[in-house]
Amino acid sequence: MTENKRTCLYDKHVALGAQMSPFGGFDMPIQYSSIINEHNAVRQACGVFDVSHMGEVSITGQDAERYVNHIFTNDIKDAPKGKIFYGIMLYPEGGAVDDLLVYKRGENDFFLVINAANIDKDVAWMQKNATGFSINLKDESEYYGEIAVQGPEAQDAVENILHYPCAELAFYTFKTDKYKSETIIISRTGYTGEDGFELYGSHDFINNMWDLLMESKRVVPCGLGCRDTLRFEVGLPLYGDELSKDITPIEAGLGSFVKIDKEEFIGKDVMVRQKAEGVQKKIVGIELKDRAVPRHGYDVMVDGKKIGEVTTGYHTISVDKSVALALIDANYAAIDTPVQIHIRKKLFDGIVTKKRFYKKNYKK
Amino acid sequence: MSKVIEGLYYTESHEYVKVEDGFGYIGITDYAQNQLGNVVYVDMPEVGDEVTAGEEFGAVESVKAASDLTSPVSGNVEEINEALEDEPELINKDAFANWIIKVKLSDKSELDGLMDAAAYTELIEK
Repeated sequence: MTENKRTCLYDKHVALGAQMSPFGGFDMPIQYSSIINEHNAVRQACGVFDVSHMGEVSITGQDAERYVNHIFTNDIKDAPKGKIFYGIMLYPEGGAVDDLLVYKRGENDFFLVINAANIDKDVAWMQKNATGFSINLKDESEYYGEIAVQGPEAQDAVENILHYPCAELAFYTFKTDKYKSETIIISRTGYTGEDGFELYGSHDFINNMWDLLMESKRVVPCGLGCRDTLRFEVGLPLYGDELSKDITPIEAGLGSFVKIDKEEFIGKDVMVRQKAEGVQKKIVGIELKDRAVPRHGYDVMVDGKKIGEVTTGYHTISVDKSVALALIDANYAAIDTPVQIHIRKKLFDGIVTKKRFYKKNYKK
Repeated sequence: MSKVIEGLYYTESHEYVKVEDGFGYIGITDYAQNQLGNVVYVDMPEVGDEVTAGEEFGAVESVKAASDLTSPVSGNVEEINEALEDEPELINKDAFANWIIKVKLSDKSELDGLMDAAAYTELIEK
């Protein structure tokens, strides 16, 4: 067993009395006060998350744009500087290496944000597929810290507590700014279904921003516990649950981030075929009648036959219902199809629903 | 600091049983509810079911995980705490006041194998 890594805010989490738990190779705060309080703070006001475990990779050089488009399902060609894209990195067979954000910093200058647990795997994959491209690929995960400021009051917090004007930033765009002598990144992105911002910079910068937010007493520190309940309620996928080596983006319902019209990318053949012919299994939502809580790995049944498995489930906080995302046989994926979920020794009745259990409140 | 009440019997899996007039009131300890966090569902047996000492009889579900309930004693389920069906969070408010099931004890000698408050306090402070 190797020891878990710590983010640059680790000591602050411990001082705040956070419950720490391993996630993606890091010791991360799961909750400070309670998952429900923190969840509600983000839906109703403002919360801040330490997401410094996320990985950052810079891709520059004369073939950078062509290269990123080669390994990524979304289309970044000729995008304006300051734009951000969500998309997936695929294996040739169509399964996902990871899902990620691509920031366009300039011509042939990109900043990629990847999942903590996948950093080594992703970087190896990127290097392996860089043959024939003139690029510089740099894993900067050790340098960058990151915090996410999320909720309807996030703009106010970033402008009035951190003093970075950001009202003009549109959803999925970013800008850079100066902090002491370093360049930092402020982006209007997040993983909660609420308006919000993500800040990237050195450990010194991130510690400073965290302290300012805590001193203001207006922003609630939030752990990964509520990060998962928040993203789940609005149907955002988590790599490893709704998307994986064995679950393609089409099966995950992420087809709009797969641009099959672009010239080429790894996995394109399978994506073209799945978009044309449909898929055998699909991620759906399921709503239960009872309060019992479906969890990852529980069986989904129809007429006593297993048709799939729960990928994530909760008794949701914002809508007070027991719901799940599940990967099931596509023949049963129509909305309102009656299904059952096996929870411990009993079967609980439910129906197939949309994947979104709560409405997103992005500022477009 | 988690609360521990004198006069109750405790298990290593953090259930308690309060004995009154031959009945046992079984619930989870304050320490257990603290560890679990927000309780969102309590899976209870039905009145008339038999529970057996050392065996699972239901579960307490928090936002993030399910935790099995292991019965400290054997007996017939006389009553379940129906208030928990609509307000499972009562366990977070006061785990000792909000027992989960009431059992008619079939073998009082089983209590001898459980911990008293002092032994349980030592366990959770380890």
